[in-house]
Amino acid sequence: MINKILPSAADAVYGVHDGAVILCGGFASCGFADELLEALHAHGARNLTLVANNPEVSERGMVLLLRDQRISKLVCSYSRLEGTALIEDLVEDGMELEIIPQGTLAERVRCAGAGIPGFYTRTGVGTPLALGKEHRDFDGDTFIFEPALRADFAFVRARRGDRWGNLVYDKSARNFNPVMAIGGARTIAQVDEIVGLGELDPEAIITQGIFVQHVVETREP
Amino acid sequence: MNLNRHQIAWRVAQDIPGGAYVNLGSGMPILVAEHVPHGREVIFHSENGLLGVGPRQTREPFDRNLINAGNMPVTLLPGGAFFHHGDSFVMVRGGHIDISVLGAYQVAANGDLANWDLPGGRKTPAVGGAMDLAVGAKQVFVMMEYFAKDGSCKILPECTLPLTGQGCVTTIYTDIAVLDLIDGKVILRELIEGISLQTLQAETDLELQVSPRLTLLSPPPL
Repeated sequence: MINKILPSAADAVYGVHDGAVILCGGFASCGFADELLEALHAHGARNLTLVANNPEVSERGMVLLLRDQRISKLVCSYSRLEGTALIEDLVEDGMELEIIPQGTLAERVRCAGAGIPGFYTRTGVGTPLALGKEHRDFDGDTFIFEPALRADFAFVRARRGDRWGNLVYDKSARNFNPVMAIGGARTIAQVDEIVGLGELDPEAIITQGIFVQHVVETREP
Repeated sequence: MNLNRHQIAWRVAQDIPGGAYVNLGSGMPILVAEHVPHGREVIFHSENGLLGVGPRQTREPFDRNLINAGNMPVTLLPGGAFFHHGDSFVMVRGGHIDISVLGAYQVAANGDLANWDLPGGRKTPAVGGAMDLAVGAKQVFVMMEYFAKDGSCKILPECTLPLTGQGCVTTIYTDIAVLDLIDGKVILRELIEGISLQTLQAETDLELQVSPRLTLLSPPPL
């Protein structure tokens, strides 16, 4: 019997190695896999690269890893964290920061999951983010090349999941999660509720279990 | 009298046709949704995966899983849809959004837009979806004050700040004037009462063309 369900977040992040590249779903303040990120903090892995739209706007999850300097590189579209100088301080202390336009970030991760080495886009042409990138003209417009963004793990947050790893989300907490789920070599899903096989409407499943290796249920206190 | 933020938003909203798919940037542009004329159906897109964004949530506790791209709790209208970031930026980059309304630090006569970074670069840059929206939307409307806080004109022959997109801005809505950018020319379409063309031209660092249909910019009190 296929059973991707693990008993705890600690079990799910056990295999994350120092130096791992981790994709994180989430946008602004919702849809982050806080329990997985906190379990990773407890697990102790260091020198990590986190890929997320933004550092989390809360006191939970990712912020613990950032504060304890477990992150050596942060890849995001929006690095400003209102009300704190945390990211500025970390950059001053040597954390690498890479800024990627939001749509390019999503597409680079999607390409990794889709087996596509990269793509050309008009986004960023003529801006500082195009410096050093291959430029190519198609039909009179200039494009830049953006490579697929590969990662060892993806941490995603979903509303419901089943033992095959099928996932559905909650409103705008879906955001980057389905994209990160296809991009990670090993995808771990934190779900609010595990349901029996067949209880998710096949017409409405957003992330198919083929993209998910582990599922952990974490009920909000 | 210079327009306030709501009056600029009102002015932008008048130019959004019924049936348009529109993305509103954070800050002043988000106000545009409140001023769409009654009975005109406009569908607002939010890059974090919403089409059919409705008014802000008013009843606490707020549902924090239903937010717009500015992290404000919002509602979804009947007919609205949720989707992930990949699909959201297919809509943006694939040319499916009719109008993107963005704030700006500077706009150049050729339509270049600078709205994300400062000279020399911020320590913590934040581009978000602005570069995708700038090149992906069919039209880019900019909402901003005509003059920066230091008194300098924000409409320039060339942007001096790092660019967000090249040649993308189609119309600029400000607190004193509405201007269209066509073929490298800045065409004054509307001007508030109390400022003469000569004064505006003298305070502007490039040559303004005046539309033959120049009208008074006179919003309702808001």
